[in-house]
Amino acid sequence: MAEQHRPVAHPVDSRRSFLTEALAIVTGGLATLTPVAAGVWAFLDPLRRTKAAASYLPVTELAAIPDDGLPRQFPVIADRVDAWTGFAAEPIGAVYLRRAKGSDTVEALSATCPHAGCFVEMESTGKCFRCPCHNSEFTLDGGIVAPSPSPRPMDALECRVAENGGVEVRWQKFRAGVADKVEQ
Amino acid sequence: MKHTNHGDAVQKGVFGRLADFFDDRTGYRALMHEALYERVPGGARWRYVWGSTLVFAFMTQVITGLFLWASYSASAQTAWESVYYIQHEMAGGWLLRGIHHFMAQAMVVLLALHLLQVVIDGAYKAPREVNFWLGLILMMLVLGMALTGYLLPWDQKGYWATIVATNLAGIVPGIGPSLQQLVIGGSEYGHHTLTRFFALHAGFLPGALILMLVIHLSLFRKHGLHAKQPITKPDAMFWPDQVLRDAVAMLAVMAVVLGVILVPALRAMLAGEPVDVGHLGAELGAPADPSLPYAAARPEWYFLFLFQFLKVFEGWGATGEFLGAIVVPGLIMGVMFLMPIIGNWKLGHRFNVAFTLGIVAGAGLLTAMALNEDYYALWADKAALADAQKLYDETGGDEEKLAAALGGDKAKITAMEAKWEKLEKIRHSQAFLDASKQATLDAARAIELAGRPEKIPTAGMLELVRTDAKSQGPRLFAQHCASCHAYVDPQAAEAASVIAKASAANLHGFGSAAWMRGLLDPDQVAGPAYFGNTAHKDGDMVNFVQNELTDTDTWKKDDIEAVVVAMAAEAGLAGEKAAEPLVAKGRELIASDERCGSCHRFRDNGTDLGTACDLTGWGSREWLVGIIVDPTHERFYGDTNDRMPSFGKAPEGGLPRLTRAQIELIADWLRGEWYRPAVAAH
Repeated sequence: MAEQHRPVAHPVDSRRSFLTEALAIVTGGLATLTPVAAGVWAFLDPLRRTKAAASYLPVTELAAIPDDGLPRQFPVIADRVDAWTGFAAEPIGAVYLRRAKGSDTVEALSATCPHAGCFVEMESTGKCFRCPCHNSEFTLDGGIVAPSPSPRPMDALECRVAENGGVEVRWQKFRAGVADKVEQ
Repeated sequence: MKHTNHGDAVQKGVFGRLADFFDDRTGYRALMHEALYERVPGGARWRYVWGSTLVFAFMTQVITGLFLWASYSASAQTAWESVYYIQHEMAGGWLLRGIHHFMAQAMVVLLALHLLQVVIDGAYKAPREVNFWLGLILMMLVLGMALTGYLLPWDQKGYWATIVATNLAGIVPGIGPSLQQLVIGGSEYGHHTLTRFFALHAGFLPGALILMLVIHLSLFRKHGLHAKQPITKPDAMFWPDQVLRDAVAMLAVMAVVLGVILVPALRAMLAGEPVDVGHLGAELGAPADPSLPYAAARPEWYFLFLFQFLKVFEGWGATGEFLGAIVVPGLIMGVMFLMPIIGNWKLGHRFNVAFTLGIVAGAGLLTAMALNEDYYALWADKAALADAQKLYDETGGDEEKLAAALGGDKAKITAMEAKWEKLEKIRHSQAFLDASKQATLDAARAIELAGRPEKIPTAGMLELVRTDAKSQGPRLFAQHCASCHAYVDPQAAEAASVIAKASAANLHGFGSAAWMRGLLDPDQVAGPAYFGNTAHKDGDMVNFVQNELTDTDTWKKDDIEAVVVAMAAEAGLAGEKAAEPLVAKGRELIASDERCGSCHRFRDNGTDLGTACDLTGWGSREWLVGIIVDPTHERFYGDTNDRMPSFGKAPEGGLPRLTRAQIELIADWLRGEWYRPAVAAH
């Protein structure tokens, strides 16, 4: 291989050599970083998508919640957008609603566990809520049954009863696993 | 560099010359030599196979993964669907997916063995520190691929496990919430959660893994094999002795994986049962549904110890979760990374070995605890707790009442409370077992529906499940109807107690001749299965059945049977058959203003509505939907309606309790009308 035996020019001017080196690194770096930057830019897209402000969603009517103080589970139905797909009137989650004897005010609890986000269910005895994932237990008003893995009580949601008896819940999601109720 | 002797070329055949041609231009012979003639100190040994089996497992994952990729579609509406298609419709799809699924598990086991061996043999010490660190990074990449792969079928278990995993990522201080948002591709789980997990699973992570693996292997070659002392035999080359041992180990790993996939088929064949290959290998659950609780949510078995670890911090609040999910696992990894340095100290190596064995034992213990909690009800001695259960039912679980019931005897109270704790454990375990059973049923139904000749609709599988009367009927009934109505086969063992507790009719078999026969039975009509627990108990119908139908001069046995079958014919349930003349006779009796028609409208008999239900089309889909929409309508109970809500009537400007579609699902379910595969597969 004849070309291997040809002499290699030795750098004489160290300043010029430094410039060449720096330029080579910067040029090559710029060329390589361009696709990386484009990729990262698109990848970070979810961060700039702010969630629409929580709004009141009609869930049921007052008469559908027996006034016995026991929570009942209701699906929350709303239009939903998942990236490019729009879903009309889809179940997007669930709430527990309850009202006391003779009362017209409704208490609403999100069915999403504040511990790690599983779906909290009523215990088979009907005496408390229980999350099937890590055994967090909550009283019927959502309070923590100690000791619990959950850092906070079940998340209460704002709830109002319209004049026609319609029950509306302000649908919000909160960060799991933290002591404070911070909207997600 | 080896030089090819060109002078020999004349004597060589075509292949020899071709080989020379390529070797001249690539130097492949030297490469092959380099690869195969690695010196193995002390000769080939079985204990050196573990690293190779791991490379083999990874290659298996790459190969099966690429072929799965060729058939997989990552979106919320196509992921489950495409995996279903791979598993149940594509020839060999079940085997491909089964190998990928179980080899992933084998890889985790092999990884643990490899790590144990490296630590115990002290192979992490100088000069191999960097390679040990690379190994730990490789381990995390493998676990990352396991975690991301679990979601890809987009079934219930993968979905809920991912919710937990990503929520845990969200508690990392500072960057947690942003990290979570980036990983799930927004604030909600959906298309972009799948596309991102898939890109991680099949692109980023394996790419990084291959890079690390190349360095890991070249460093391994640079330092040579860490030989187990003492060396008694002479050194040998990697090829062929060690390669043969490695190959045998690889085949053994593959045999175990195939065994796990095929044993259920063998069992079925031995029992003479048909084998449905779609059910071999990896499981596919029901499609992910954010609105449907999934109480059987568990991570893959090798992550169970982490899952259980979170429960250890009960009562620690947010600190506990932070410790359990981030700090402690982080510290453990930190210590492992420091092992090569710790190993330099006098007792360092012993510490490292003890630490690693301790972690493995701890993980094993936590896994056993998790399994024991979930399956406790299977082996708990329930008979020994019968007295405790009785007392629990009597006192309603109230501790004060318990103290009173036991006369304040402290020892007895403590003993009973211990038993109550066991009862609670059984309840929790039973809830998990029931949920697992339900999950299996839901999965089977989804797979059955997906196999319809009409295929899966554009909207996806979830849409199909949500409009399936067989799956949704029981849920809607439980939520909206079961607080009053029973739904239990009267022949079932527990039927009597269930029916007695209900405050409205048992709707099992509603519309059938058997149901109608019970209604027209003087002994049953005022019983709890019909009007017994309702306001109609003393109503005209009960009075009629008990006092007039018993008059055998007017109502011959045949007459009543004719009415029964004619009514069943109105409902027209599948499987109900009656002789046409008898039905015609029954219709006449029903319409007659001297018989049923004196109160009931039937077809064009002219009886006014408002006194009793219109029997035209009784029990038909339209009739059932009508009565659920509004039982106070004059066609049904009118003013005499007892407690039943008008589920389909909306208050002005409001929502009805149930949508039309939901009511139709209940009606179809009560009538037993849902998709059934035309013929059983075999």
